[in-house]
Amino acid sequence: MRNILTICSKEIKSYFVSPIAYLLMGLFGLIFGYFFYSATAYFVMAGMRAQMQGGPVTMSVNEYVIAPLFGNASVVGLFLIPLISMRLFAEEKRSGTIELLMTSPVTDWEIVLGKWMGAVFMYTCVLAMAGANVALLFFFGTPDWRPVLTGFLGLLLQGATVLSIGSFISTTTKNQIIAGAATFSICLLLWVLSWVSSYNEAGWAQVIAYCSILTHFEPFSKGIIDTKDVVFYLSAIFLGLFLSTRSIESMRWRA
Amino acid sequence: MIKVEGLTKRYARNVAVKNISFEVGKGEIVGFLGKNGAGKTTTMRVLTCFLPPTAGKASVAGFDVLEQPLDVKRNIGYLPETPPVYPEMEVAEYLEFVAKLKNMPRADIGKRIDEVCERAALGDVKHKIIGKLSKGYRQRVGIAQAIIHNPPVLILDEPTSGLDPEQQLHVRELIASLSGDHTIILSTHILSEVEQSCSNVIIINNGEIIASDSVANLHKRGKASETVAVEVAGADAVAVRQRLEEVRGVARVISKDAREGLVAFEVESLEGEKDLLRPVLARAIVQSGWNLTQLKTVGDSLEEIFLDLTRAESGSKSAGTEGESATQ
Repeated sequence: MRNILTICSKEIKSYFVSPIAYLLMGLFGLIFGYFFYSATAYFVMAGMRAQMQGGPVTMSVNEYVIAPLFGNASVVGLFLIPLISMRLFAEEKRSGTIELLMTSPVTDWEIVLGKWMGAVFMYTCVLAMAGANVALLFFFGTPDWRPVLTGFLGLLLQGATVLSIGSFISTTTKNQIIAGAATFSICLLLWVLSWVSSYNEAGWAQVIAYCSILTHFEPFSKGIIDTKDVVFYLSAIFLGLFLSTRSIESMRWRA
Repeated sequence: MIKVEGLTKRYARNVAVKNISFEVGKGEIVGFLGKNGAGKTTTMRVLTCFLPPTAGKASVAGFDVLEQPLDVKRNIGYLPETPPVYPEMEVAEYLEFVAKLKNMPRADIGKRIDEVCERAALGDVKHKIIGKLSKGYRQRVGIAQAIIHNPPVLILDEPTSGLDPEQQLHVRELIASLSGDHTIILSTHILSEVEQSCSNVIIINNGEIIASDSVANLHKRGKASETVAVEVAGADAVAVRQRLEEVRGVARVISKDAREGLVAFEVESLEGEKDLLRPVLARAIVQSGWNLTQLKTVGDSLEEIFLDLTRAESGSKSAGTEGESATQ
């Protein structure tokens, strides 16, 4: 455990001493801020219109603002995550520092877990930018806080899943750009997998759609924690980390 | 401390190390000598558990590299060919990270970093970013990270490569100061380094050990004769040559090109006259009234042994890579 924390905190430090952390947080803040502004502006306009028409107004901020925002955030996240995960192992392989890790008294599991946890922390910081926006709603309204919490939980789980896949891809190459591009393609693919079920009812289409990372996110954004989604994310995380560990191990054998 | 038996490491296409065996006792400093690509790095990587052996056994401090890798790693400090430093970190921060990785007790880390920085002469750059340091400093940071947890065994892969002569000297002194407490294996293709720092030498060529002996014994193995370069000012070449040929113990005199006003020769001694020739030659020239401007042994003898051994092994293969080591 101590080794994992050592590697994890080193990883977090190296995100924050480089511009990566600030760039990602800034970009996400900008994009999410724009979404947030349009969503709330639209909500206010729709609310005023409803009032003018004189009907009884019951518009939920959760339903009209927060849930769609989470949907947007999860997609934006898919674009940013490869930028977080690509350097995890590729950089160390290129610079030779992986030799230090692999000749230190730590297991391959500890290396992978530590690095992945550092990346998840980085992603949490990125999500915090969204949190700052959503927090504003609590100053000016009374949204239900529970769906907000599940939404962030969903974003985190989804991010952690993609990061584990990204870290596996990063172990396979010395080139950060290759790692990033491959992870990005996989992210896109995992997103659009769900589209298959919209025009095909066959069993295999359902299976493929089930693997889509976004279909499992939707319930979270609506405030539902479904065990099947949690299990999906956790097992995908495990798979990603397991493959990363195996891949590191194989570096020794393939050399 | 280190025991290697029948170690073989095969990569996909070639065999890097073939069935080598050696042993290193506690407190010894062993020089691993060989051309580039001879198998030095591979052997070291097996010892540090970075690569598993294809066949054979290796153990460090009594722990097997395959069975108890974590114990082996705990007992080893390793400096790879390129120092494994993170350019974005400060020196002290980096050393702290490594100390934690090596499972040092937290309470000791601060003090140990100060000690190691002092030893590796890193005091003045302790809070500098590693990426901004010169190659020499980075190499020293690499050595500092290898010794940070005070391991009984140190494995240093070409610790002086790429350094300027002054830095090389520093690093050699540092290594010498570590002897005694640590068992050290260092690899190099620089012969003088082995002569200065090591008690024993293992010469490796094409993945095989071709000599494993103490430095003193290897010297004895050398040729029984020696060649001395002589340069004389203000004299007639023919006269000097004649005089030199008369000196007792001289087998052959060969004329060499020299600058204007000088005459130069290479004098080969008879067998068994090694180390006896130079004083006699000097006396002969001075007594003839000439000015002796240079007198030195040509070709470091260890170097010759090394070349002889590697040439004999590789047969007709060119030994061109030795050019650089010969100039050291």
